[in-house]
Amino acid sequence: MSNIKYILGSFGDPDEMLHGIEKLQENNISIYDVYTPMPIHGIEAKLGVKRSRLDIAAFFFGITGTITMLTGVYLATVVDWPVNIGGKTHFALPDFIPITFELTILFCAFGLVGSYYASTHLFPGRAPRVMDLRATDDRFIIAIDAKQNTEHDKIDELLKGAGALEVKHNERKYLSYE
Amino acid sequence: MSGHSESILREPLITGKDITYAQITEEILSPVENKPNRAWWIGFILALCGATLWIVSVGYTFWFGIGAWGLNKTVGWAWDITGFVWWVGIGHAGTLISAVLLLFRQNWRNSINRSAEAMTIFAVICAATYVVSHMGRPWLAYWVLPLPNQFGSLWVNFNSPLVWDMFAISTYFSVSLLFWYTGLLPDIATIRDRATGVRKKIYTIFSFGWTGSVKTWQRFEAVSLILAGISTPLVLSVHTIVSMDFATSVIPGWHTTIFPPYFVAGAIFSGFAMVLTLMLVVRKVLGLENYITMFHIESMNKIIILTGSIVGVAYLTEFFIAWYSGSQYEQYAFINRATGPYWWAYWMMMTCNVISPQLLWFKKVRLSIPATWILSIVVNIGMWFERFVIIVTSLHRDYLPSSWTMFYPSWVDVGVFVGSIGVFFTLFLLFLRVLPSIAIAEVKMILKTASEQSKMKLIKEGHLDKEHVAEYVESLEKFDSVKQEDYAKI
Repeated sequence: MSNIKYILGSFGDPDEMLHGIEKLQENNISIYDVYTPMPIHGIEAKLGVKRSRLDIAAFFFGITGTITMLTGVYLATVVDWPVNIGGKTHFALPDFIPITFELTILFCAFGLVGSYYASTHLFPGRAPRVMDLRATDDRFIIAIDAKQNTEHDKIDELLKGAGALEVKHNERKYLSYE
Repeated sequence: MSGHSESILREPLITGKDITYAQITEEILSPVENKPNRAWWIGFILALCGATLWIVSVGYTFWFGIGAWGLNKTVGWAWDITGFVWWVGIGHAGTLISAVLLLFRQNWRNSINRSAEAMTIFAVICAATYVVSHMGRPWLAYWVLPLPNQFGSLWVNFNSPLVWDMFAISTYFSVSLLFWYTGLLPDIATIRDRATGVRKKIYTIFSFGWTGSVKTWQRFEAVSLILAGISTPLVLSVHTIVSMDFATSVIPGWHTTIFPPYFVAGAIFSGFAMVLTLMLVVRKVLGLENYITMFHIESMNKIIILTGSIVGVAYLTEFFIAWYSGSQYEQYAFINRATGPYWWAYWMMMTCNVISPQLLWFKKVRLSIPATWILSIVVNIGMWFERFVIIVTSLHRDYLPSSWTMFYPSWVDVGVFVGSIGVFFTLFLLFLRVLPSIAIAEVKMILKTASEQSKMKLIKEGHLDKEHVAEYVESLEKFDSVKQEDYAKI
């Protein structure tokens, strides 16, 4: 049994990489992940990444902000310390629209970005799990789990045929843990 | 995405022959990865002098109080609020470019959004320092927050636009920061993967472990779009609320419903002017002519002429409504602005904001870098005077003629303002050294669809309408980074 853990197909062009993904999938070779220096549209459908639900989360975070502000202002101006300003209503809603709007946006933005960081495991100081250092520069990397897909020669051939500039056989999963 | 190309009729967004992804990384990161050149050092030292002046002036204000400024009992608000509104306004262009232009799918934003957003953040920092320094007792700054009565004060007045402003500015700053930083993650990862030693460690911490996997990118785009969607009404609300600081008062000259749209247009106007002031220099000094092309400059000039004209119409409407209202106080406020002791400030504002930007209707002016740069500075001067005119001329002659007076700034007023420009440039120059000034990933995205080389390839393939090609080649004439000879052959 070889020590190879991951096979990386390194492409110089996004279209060739998409072609490579198609080729591998036609041959029933499962793809572990794809690393690119920029977003490639259409790739998530090919790899079966589900639609993001962050928009739904953002909506609920926003609504939470709205409710927080309206409740807070109500508590302050009506319950805790009502001030009589010429007999006007204590809860002057139109005046509170601007701040309610701002808090809605604030909660929405922080909740959204927080959920994004949490769901994709991004946080300050996290050790980057990089398989190929050029994936953030000019290479489009298809990573294939070598233990699950044992026909290594065939994978090499498919990747090369699709236009891979380089095929690497990595014995370690991540380069960055040193 | 990369499978289809853009129409040949659109101007290219990246010029130059045989640009590769690696070259984009290399060129954009060169100021980050190399030692700064002399131009940077000269700029930085000057900016640092300004920042020192700011520290001295603000320190003096904190020590001796607001009495150090030129304020008097009639004009209780002058350079401080002028500077605040000016900086907040400048900040608006960054969000406009990153959010509104994203919603409108304007791909030319891709190479200017990063610097413009950085500019927003630094401008809002400058604005926020005004808020704190003009409180007089900055150690009680937390009183603007809605804290329970036990803290020593009553609840803040939620009916007051100044409290709304606190919410608006702090939301705006933090949301802009999130938007900017999230967008920076892939680019910080690019620097990380190229760096070694201590630099690598630092950029590793700040890259949050970004890898560029499919799911991260997909969610990244969803987040960018939603953030753009919420930032668009946010940016409009911020200057609306800033204008309400004036519009909800009963001072003649301030008490007008035109203020919110007029302030928003003015903010975008001055913000784009500041983006041009900065980017024209950055483009030249860092050699980014291929990414920030003449098309970008012309587009920004077109936005300046649009918003400048909106501002011009607003000035005239204001004047007309003052007369039409029949209120003699309102009428006097405007007559006094144009012909009173501050006539020079009013006409300075009119000239710089309404008259001189009209020069941009001429294509020659729009495409001349020196002319554009000078006009952008003129607009910034004009927009400062706009705020000065609105604030000081409305206050200096109030209802009681015996208290009429003039406002003269003290050295501290001048120091705080000039110093804040120093603070702004210090931050901006540091930004250029440690972070990429152009969003690398976003520029790479349009390389295969909207670049000169991809269009050149299409022309060479020869399936295009001849007229369209001719029109395209003609549109390239304005680019200083394109060689016309290359097209003569085809």
